[in-house]
Amino acid sequence: MPSVTLLGQALISGVLAGGLYGLLAMGLSLSWGLLRLVNLSHFALAFLAAYIVYELGTNYHVEPWWSAAMVVPAMFAIGAGQHWLFDRFKVNELGSLLMTFSFAVILEVAIQLYWTADFRRYETEYATRSLKVGPFYIPVLDLTLCIVAGALAWGTWLWLRQTYVGKALRAAAEDPEIAAAYGVNHKKLAYLLSGIGAAYAGVAGTFIALIATLAPAQIWTYLGVVFAVVIIGRLGNPLGALLAGMLIGASESLAQAVLSPAWSPIVSFSVLIVILLWDPEWL
Amino acid sequence: MAVNPARDLPRLAAVIGIGVFALLPMAKLPAFYDSFLYLVFFWISLSTSWTLLSGFAGYFSLGHAAFFGIGMYATAVLSAKFDVPFLLTLPVAAAIPALLAVGIGAVVFRLRRLRGELFALLTLAVTFVIATIVLNTPIDGGGGIVMSAVPLPAIMPTPTGSIYALGFVLCVGTLAIAWKVAHSRLGMGLFAIHDDEDVAEAKGVPTFRYKLSAFALSAGIAGAVGGVHAMYVGFLTVSGTFELTVPLYVVLMSVIGGSRSWFGPAIGAAFITTLLYAFISGGEAMIGRALVGVILIVAILWLPDGLVPALKKWLARRRPAIAKPAIVHVAPVVATARPLGERVLLQVRGAAKRFGGLQALAGVDLDVREGEILGLVGPNGSGKTTLINVISGFYPLSGGTITIDGAEIGHVPAHAIARRGVARTYQIPRPFVNMTVLDNVILAATFGGPPRRAADIRDEALHWIGFTGLAGKEDVLPAGLNLHERKFLELARALAAKPKLLLLDEVLSGLNPAEVDNAIRLVRAIRAQGATIVFVEHLMRAVIELSDRIAVLNEGKLFALGAPRDVMRDPRVVSIYLGKAYAA
Repeated sequence: MPSVTLLGQALISGVLAGGLYGLLAMGLSLSWGLLRLVNLSHFALAFLAAYIVYELGTNYHVEPWWSAAMVVPAMFAIGAGQHWLFDRFKVNELGSLLMTFSFAVILEVAIQLYWTADFRRYETEYATRSLKVGPFYIPVLDLTLCIVAGALAWGTWLWLRQTYVGKALRAAAEDPEIAAAYGVNHKKLAYLLSGIGAAYAGVAGTFIALIATLAPAQIWTYLGVVFAVVIIGRLGNPLGALLAGMLIGASESLAQAVLSPAWSPIVSFSVLIVILLWDPEWL
Repeated sequence: MAVNPARDLPRLAAVIGIGVFALLPMAKLPAFYDSFLYLVFFWISLSTSWTLLSGFAGYFSLGHAAFFGIGMYATAVLSAKFDVPFLLTLPVAAAIPALLAVGIGAVVFRLRRLRGELFALLTLAVTFVIATIVLNTPIDGGGGIVMSAVPLPAIMPTPTGSIYALGFVLCVGTLAIAWKVAHSRLGMGLFAIHDDEDVAEAKGVPTFRYKLSAFALSAGIAGAVGGVHAMYVGFLTVSGTFELTVPLYVVLMSVIGGSRSWFGPAIGAAFITTLLYAFISGGEAMIGRALVGVILIVAILWLPDGLVPALKKWLARRRPAIAKPAIVHVAPVVATARPLGERVLLQVRGAAKRFGGLQALAGVDLDVREGEILGLVGPNGSGKTTLINVISGFYPLSGGTITIDGAEIGHVPAHAIARRGVARTYQIPRPFVNMTVLDNVILAATFGGPPRRAADIRDEALHWIGFTGLAGKEDVLPAGLNLHERKFLELARALAAKPKLLLLDEVLSGLNPAEVDNAIRLVRAIRAQGATIVFVEHLMRAVIELSDRIAVLNEGKLFALGAPRDVMRDPRVVSIYLGKAYAA
């Protein structure tokens, strides 16, 4: 049995690592829950953003935060562009899943052609910094990620809950026709939401560039876990997505510490299966 | 036997094709050909097996890699570690995934809300769990399994030829199974589940059992295909076996070919495999992958139903069908209503139904006599439709009993109630949208009534279509009917099941006065044929004209019961409809 300190450290790292799951899940959760579109290319967009941040930083010495300022609006535009296709051809839920899978494959190929299949690592001074709180180490980057993710999740949640635009979006998700009868311009809002979802992929991509090692095939590694997170966090709920991400991150990390790293994939999916079967009220 | 070129030519072509492909390895072509064709067969089998559940019944599975991978590992472990002869491992490779599918299905198919993407993600999750278990237990242990020491039965002159032959047998077998399923009761039921599962159940389709059977069949075939594939790849790793590309390619192939057709996936699989192989052998594997992505996007945007249905539509337009004379023999309706029997057909005692805090039915007692028409009225929210729903088995009872002919049905699944002779219609018509009018009625006749020959069922279906005035619309899809016709299609489906008890839920709402008269005549004619009818209706004129007795529900309780005129003059009844001020 590992020591209490080790378990505590595992818990902290897990929650922080879960922040990335949550950040990736937020965009997906919004478009799935409020637009009924399942966007598999979300991960590919995040990696595209990560590669661009890496490229700008390594070859042109642009600070990652400035890169993010360019990449995030670009992702917003791509997201809105994707939505134009969905809207123009009236793509349904399943169609969107298959179509965005194709987008993801095409992006993966494009990334591989430009950056090759080799592993890429963006070396920055931030990567090694960490705070020491009592016996525990807290990596600064992971902490920043969680703060940013928390701010975005909370902001989005408030926006959906409190503002007219947010309420209109939720109404349109329930019943687009009735909402339209009350003067909700669902189409315009859908573009906005698709753009925001993709912009979150841009934010996540920036952090992926800073934290992780990049390779085109990595696009698919997050897919299973993040989908589990989206469902556990409840569709269309950004705060839920973030909390579920941290829950899954923590349980994976604990499983790694107690069992062995190889067993960790089983955690998120077991949690997902149990929750789907349990079928609680809040899902 | 007379030669029928339209039927015999394709058969002849199929026989010759099978013969040529089966004997191809004898020609000792370079191994490249055997290997390429094996891959085509492999993907045809895999995508066709996927379609059995996911295409036919509409439960999209992303877990095909799990079943296929279990099959691979079953064969690999048994033959490489326990020296079981290769061919003997194949039945095991099929049985384990089939059993797993039954296990998963037995749990998840009971969840009412489990549809669409949730099933897709759940099966995907199962794949990851199984991959993790295989990786971390001695089944694989992380090192992979080498198959080179396993002796391959020499079916053909070369080893690649033998694998080719096995792949071919599985491919033909899978296609034969898919054809058989598509043309059987099982297939008909699965197509109905695809369109509207609740209605399918109410029409007598044992949905749970059918989904389970299709799932097991689909997983079993995938397992057997995996068993052979283990021999083809020669070296198994967890990451190579439980790959995400397996379910995605399978979905892609089926969707491009047409997943509601038994041979659509085969067309899609042959097309995509050839395309990928061309690029891989040309050294441009990445471009090939991207191209497949582009093709899929184009296919979803412009051919959402797939190639095969699109081609069929195109052919149908090119070759306008010879207008067949619509000879429909409608049996003359005997207009003399039988005298009311004293026998009680439906007995409801203390029926209660609770939804969370809402008591929709608070103990209803009601007897319906054989041959009568009972009108069920009451204000909105009084429990009329809920009562129909518990009698037809859509909801299980929370308390009390319901018996038909003395047999308790309060907790029996809806399809079993339908088979006991209870049929219903829906207030808002719910036809199976991808089936023609004729197929809609045939389905109801097949699953609702007693077992009969297919030709008799068809004749009967045509009879009821004529009876409800839909003659000439047999080959129309429900989208081409207006509301009036859809309501009558509901009636035709209910009648085709030869019900003892017919439950009609607001058949008249939304019809214009002439259509209402028409419908009232029809309901009378139905009773004249011997059915007992309980109908929910707001239109008082119709209730009074049609009913032998009227039952008034209020707040989930039986409020009044009696002859139409008496009940409607009862001041208490007037007061619940119009408020106390009018009750005088």
